[in-house]
This record gives sequence, C-alpha cells and structure tokens, in this order.
Amino acid sequence: MTSAPPLPRWADVFVLPLINLFVALSVCGLIVLALGENPFVAIQVMIKGAFVYPGSLGYTLYYTTNFIFTGLAVAVAAHAMMFNIGGEGQAYIGGLGAGLVALWLAPMAPLVLVIPVAILAAALFGAVWGLVPGYLQAYRGSHIVITTIMFNFIASAIMVWLLAGTLMQPGQQSPHTAQFAVSGQMPKLHDMLNALSFNVAASPLNLSFLLALAALFGFWVLIWKTRIGYEIRAVGQNPKAAHYAGINVPLVIVFALAVSGACAGLMATNEILGVQHRVVLNFTSGYGFAGIAIALMGRNHPVGIFFASLLFGALYQGGAELDFEFQSITREIVLLIQGMIVLFSGALAYMFSAPLARLLARVLVRSKPVEGEA
Amino acid sequence: MQDDKTSAAPAIELIDICKSFGPVRANRDVSLRVEPGTIHGIVGENGAGKSTLMNVLYGHYQADSGEMRVAGQAVILRSSADAIGLGIGMVHQHFMLVSNMTVLENVMLGSEGGPLLRSGKRETLNTLKRLADDYGMEVDADAVIADLPVGIRQRIEIIKAIKGGARILILDEPTGVLTPGEADKLFEVLRALQRNGVTVLLITHKLDEIMAITDAVSVMRHGEIVGHRRTQDTSPAELARLMVGRDVLLSVDRGSANPGEVLLQVSELACTSSRGRQVLSDISFDVRSGEIFGIAGVSGNGQTELLEVIAGMRKFEAGSVALLGETITPGAPKTPAQIRDLRVAHIPEDRHQFGLILSFDAKGNAILGYHQSADYGSGYFLDEDAVATHCNKLMSDHDVRPGNPALAARNFSGGNQQKLVIARETDTDPKILIVGQPTRGVDVGAIEFIHRQLLALRDAGCAILLVSAELDEIIGLSDRIMVMNGGRQMGILDSADAGRDRLGTMMAGIAEAATP
Repeated sequence: MTSAPPLPRWADVFVLPLINLFVALSVCGLIVLALGENPFVAIQVMIKGAFVYPGSLGYTLYYTTNFIFTGLAVAVAAHAMMFNIGGEGQAYIGGLGAGLVALWLAPMAPLVLVIPVAILAAALFGAVWGLVPGYLQAYRGSHIVITTIMFNFIASAIMVWLLAGTLMQPGQQSPHTAQFAVSGQMPKLHDMLNALSFNVAASPLNLSFLLALAALFGFWVLIWKTRIGYEIRAVGQNPKAAHYAGINVPLVIVFALAVSGACAGLMATNEILGVQHRVVLNFTSGYGFAGIAIALMGRNHPVGIFFASLLFGALYQGGAELDFEFQSITREIVLLIQGMIVLFSGALAYMFSAPLARLLARVLVRSKPVEGEA
Repeated sequence: MQDDKTSAAPAIELIDICKSFGPVRANRDVSLRVEPGTIHGIVGENGAGKSTLMNVLYGHYQADSGEMRVAGQAVILRSSADAIGLGIGMVHQHFMLVSNMTVLENVMLGSEGGPLLRSGKRETLNTLKRLADDYGMEVDADAVIADLPVGIRQRIEIIKAIKGGARILILDEPTGVLTPGEADKLFEVLRALQRNGVTVLLITHKLDEIMAITDAVSVMRHGEIVGHRRTQDTSPAELARLMVGRDVLLSVDRGSANPGEVLLQVSELACTSSRGRQVLSDISFDVRSGEIFGIAGVSGNGQTELLEVIAGMRKFEAGSVALLGETITPGAPKTPAQIRDLRVAHIPEDRHQFGLILSFDAKGNAILGYHQSADYGSGYFLDEDAVATHCNKLMSDHDVRPGNPALAARNFSGGNQQKLVIARETDTDPKILIVGQPTRGVDVGAIEFIHRQLLALRDAGCAILLVSAELDEIIGLSDRIMVMNGGRQMGILDSADAGRDRLGTMMAGIAEAATP
C-alpha cells in the first residue's frame, strides 16, 4: 500500500495522454492484425483519410467542432466538481432552440441577424436544460448524475414528440422539420474561402468551428480570469471554504451548470445550422457522451480539450476511411477502435499515472547526485 | 502510579507505544496499565490520539514501536481478528450494523455456522438469552435495526463484541449519541460486565462520565499520556487542566486593555445542530472595541457553532447577534459575505477545511472571501498582477515562508498556512475579528508572532472574539473570559480573577460563577 509520488504536471498533461494513446493504438493494431490486415498500413490510411485527402481535413475539423463544444460542457461543470453527463440532452434541446429561430426568422430576415439569434437560442435552450438539474442538485440535493441522465431521456422524448408532431415538415413522413431558408444556414468555410479565390475542397466545415475556437478562449477567460470563475473553482475544490468565503455555493453550481448546458447547446450550431439545415432526430448521436472522454483527456483545459477533440475528430474521419479502404475492417470494427481510444484515454486515463510517477521519481532522483550518503 | 494490589497481571499493558501517520505523531511513547476487572477511562480532547491508541489495541493499526501485553503475555496484533482471539472486543464510535437486517442476523454476522443458517441461528439465540440473563442486556432478536433507538443499537454492538467471551471491552465515545437516560442504562450494563470480571476501557471527552463510572483514568494530550489518576483521588477540574495542557507559555507582555464601545453583542442565542441536538443555548455576551474576549472550554462544547453563527455560516433558532449595530436574527439572517462586508474578519478554527483551498496557490488563497473587492480587478475580471502584489505584501508583512505566491497552499507548513490566513483576515483592518484556535498545530515561533499580532490588533481598537482549546492562550491573551460547557455559558470572568483552577472547574460544568 505504498502511495505513488506526485506526478509532475508536465508529465500529467503531456506524457500520460500520449502513453494512453499509444497503448490504445497498440491494442487497435493487434485487432487489425487479427483481422489479417497490416496495422501500419491501416494507420497510414487513417492519417491520410483524416488529414491528407482533399476535403478530409474539413471533415476532421467539422467533427472536432462538435467535440470541442461537448468537451467544454463537461469541463465547465467539472471545475465546480459537478459531473454533467447530460451534454447529449442539452445539445439536443439546444438544437431545438436554434431550429425554432431559423424556421421562424430565416424567411424574413438576413443571415447576419438570423445566425447570431439562432446561436444565442441554442446556447439559451442548452443552458436551461443544464440549469434545471443544477438547481435540483444545489437546492434540493438531487444528484446531478442522475438528473442529467434523466434529462437526456426527457429531451429525447420531447424531441420525438415535436419532430413527429408539431414541427414535422408538412407532407412528409420522416421525423424532421422543414429545411431552413438560406439565411438560416451557417456559411460553409470552403464556400467562403473559394469566394476569396482559394481552392478548397467541399466539406461540412462551417463557421461554427470559429465559434468553437472562440468558446475555448472564452472558457479559459471565464475559469481563470474572472471572479465568477474563481468562485466556480473555489466551490469545486473546497465547498466549505467557499461557503466560509461568502460565496453563494448553490448559486455558483446553478451558474456553472447553465454555462455547461450552453456549451453543449452550441454543438447544435454546427450540426443543425451548419450541416443538416433542419432539426432531425438524434442528431447528437453520442457527441454529448464523448464530451466526457474529451474533457477527461484534455484535463479540463482549453488547449487539452482542443487537441483531444482534434484526435477524436481525426478518428471519426480516418475511421470512416478505414471502413472504406479495407474489406475486413467494417463500420463496427471502426467503432471498436474508437471505443478503445475512449477506454484508454477516458475511462482508464489514470491507469499509468502511478507507474509513470514511480518511474519518473526514480529517474529524476538518479539524475541528481545524492549528497551526504554514508 | 504506585499500586498496592498488583496481585494479578494487568489486563492490558502498553509500553512506549508510538504511532505516526506521515508527519503526524498520533501516539508518542504511550504507556498504560489497566488492572483486570476495572473500568478504566481514557480522556482527552478531539485529536489527542485516543482513538488511534484504541485502534492499535484492537489490531486495526500496527504500532510503529513499543510493546503490548495482554494478561501478562507480550502480543503482536496484526488484525482485529487477532484482538478478538485474545478476548478483546470493541464498540466503535460509529456503529457497524446492517440497518435493514434483524438483531439476530446482525449478531450472527461472522458466526453463521455453515452454509445453512439454522444452527447459527439457534446458537445466536442461546447467546442472546445468556447475555440477557447475565448482564441484563435484553433485546428483541427479531427487531429490525433501523427501527431501534440508538441506545439499543449500541447494546447490540456490545453484545457483538462480547458474545465470543471477550474479557476486555473497548468503548470509543459510547455516549456521544446517547440521551442521558440511555447513557445511564449503558453504565448499568458496564457495571454488570465489570462484576462478571470484564475489563472495560472507556474513551471519552466527557469528564462527568469518567467521574461517574471509572476506577482509574488516563489523560491524553497531543498524542501523549499526560497523567494517570485513580478516579477517587482526582477531580474534574484537575482532569480538565490536564486535558487542555499548560505547555504554551506566553512570552508576550500584554498591556492593559482600553475597551471602548460595544461592537459585538450576542443575546440569548440558541442553535440546534442539523441532527437536532441543542448545541447552543441561551448565550449572551458582548465584546467591546479594544478588548479580547476569550471563550474557554473543552472543545466540542459549542464554541465551533458559536463562531459559525456569528460569521453567518450557520442558521440559528433564537436570539440575536448585533455586529456594529446591524442586528442578525433567525428571521433576518445575513450571509457570510454580507457580514464580511461589515468589516468583520473571521479566522476559522479549521484552516484546512474552511480557511484555505489547499489546491489553490497562495495568491488564490490570499483573496479568498475578498475576491469581489475592487482592489483585485475591475468588473467581472480579476487582475492577476494586483492579486500577486497583494499576496506578496501579505507574505512579507506577516513573514509567510516561502514567500512564493504561486506555491500551492498545501505545500506550506501548518504555521505558514495559518499565518497566511491571519494575514488575509487582519490586513483589511477589521473592526471585529473572530478567531478560532489561532495557534493549533503551529510551531512555537509562529505562536508568539500570532499572539503579538492579535494584541496589536486589539490595541488598534479591534473587538476580538477568541476561541481556543489552549487554556493558557485564553488566559494569556484575553481581557475577559467566558467559559462554555455543553453549549451553555458557565459564566464570564475578568481575566484577573480567572485562575486555571477556577476556569477548570467551570469548564467541567461544575460551578457557575456569577456573571459580573
């Protein structure tokens, strides 16, 4: 029962995630090998599929955008020591907000008005969906994990009811809304770049990516530069001391969950305003849950979240390419490989922490001459 | 410690037991003899090392060094199973019962007697009957634990401890959760056990229990045994004195106080804990500017709650607190932030739980509670440079070492952590300062520094309310002293009239001095 020495911060932030990634890829390599394919060829295909082929980078960054928003959602709450696993539902409801604005406003207003209002609506709807479990946790003691899961189901039920009812496109049999008018569609980056006479391949990447980068920066400012961010971290690290310091602990928890929900809600700007151009069933397709792994791997820090999101985006896009290139690697195997990354980087994120810390302690001690030895 | 009836070997003998947890020395050279067939008390404040010692005795912890003998035989206990094998039973402070099972099932736990429960049940029922006959410990075997009152649950714990024929029974703070009536019943059971030759070790911080039931008593403080007494030869006052100690010698000269107007007035305050226990009743006092008002008492007698109520951290049921003319009542409470805004500073009793956020760096802690101040930024933003400058100033003014604002609070020594808290709270030039245990776990040099600061603040006209478990600190710093016992005030004395004997007697809850 010897406890490991503390892990240096640089090792926790850089070395450990790389070790986890390496182990995950090694296991995936073995799986690919067992299928009779060369894992080194497979990884080349993945990298090319994610970054090199025309348009592939756009796809990768489009996935990355989704992961940034849901990863931020988990991270904001995590700073208040709240485990928000309701990103899925908050993003879903955020999509409702964005969709309602786009459906109602786009036919009569220009893009520069519709898009900002729709973005605000997505954030606001998501915030409400996070705020309610936050309130129940802070003031009524209902556990945030339970309530956010429940709110995922409630969101799902509401959306089915709306998309198969009130909001369903007239004269259609599939559960989605009518398409937004053009002024309700987030501009694609390749269109904008091509207009500036760059020659860029088409991809779903849209302006939401820049919004995601702004959100990363805003998150950093909020948590580390503002008074409320200080309060969020204080509540998360020591609620008793926060109470002593005069911080309104329940209110801060509600606020953190609202911001968390807003981040998740913004994911809808990418999916709904940017790509689908209508509210469709289950457009969140697991991004909300993947946010947990992103935040864990990114250590709740914007830089970490960006790189974790990029990795996951590359896996999504490169994985699709694997499926395409190899007969023996099916869609299910790609899912399995992605699952391995989540397992080692998320669920088992700290598995190698103690051994690494011991190793480093030994190496660091050895490299320093020990004085006064008898 | 001379004993004239050493015919039998001691039931338990400990020789120079030491036990450390990291840098904390929970037990230091503890030696103890418990005569067979006696009830032996161990008293001490919270954190004095009583529970650690009992866990060593019960095999939960292994001592770092020292020897243990049971009935004259040297033994080494590696687990509680070893202790049980030697006839040692223990009743923990927190019960270890399965609350949705019956009494029978709980007592049977660990001696089910095979895969089928029939034989185990029969045997356990016999045991229950035998114990009921021998010791008067009647229990309903089929009752579900959750439905039973606390006193009966504790009785079941005792039954579990002695059912295998234990000859030594350890009870850790057994009356903490009991009503007075239940406690009396417990004492009857303990006396019946004693008559049957069982040796009882009773750990408590309640002196009246020691006086009522024990034959001998050992006093612990700071991990050491500071005295053994035969109960008939001692008094609660002497025990209280031993418990709170006398090793803090004040080298700071205290000039006479120059009290001014009343800044803090507490009237008929009453407060119950979240579990419904009355923790404060009918507390009234006032503190003037330019004086230190000390509160003496064995810890756990309501001092913590009193400080929390005044700081706005705890709801209360009746009475009022007036701070600088602003009155707080149960119907019109104020938040800790509102109270701090009145220029009331608070140095909490427990710096790790309340005073600091250990994972934050020193500068983050330097503004805790003052982080909304315009001094540290504008609008919604914190100005890191201003915060760092402020922290540097606090650290150099109050000699906090190392003077590194970026170092995490947990990496400072206890004394420097406390200096940082005191620096933060006193730097705002408060009008009222409430202080709990200002020098707990602080080295001697820092103690003197802290005492000087408190006196300087007093002389600058601050009204200081001081709670300390160190009697000498109270006597040395305070201008007036209130003694608390069981959530009540036992009286208020001028410090000139307050000898340690008189305070010790009042702390034991015995005599109530007239309020001057």
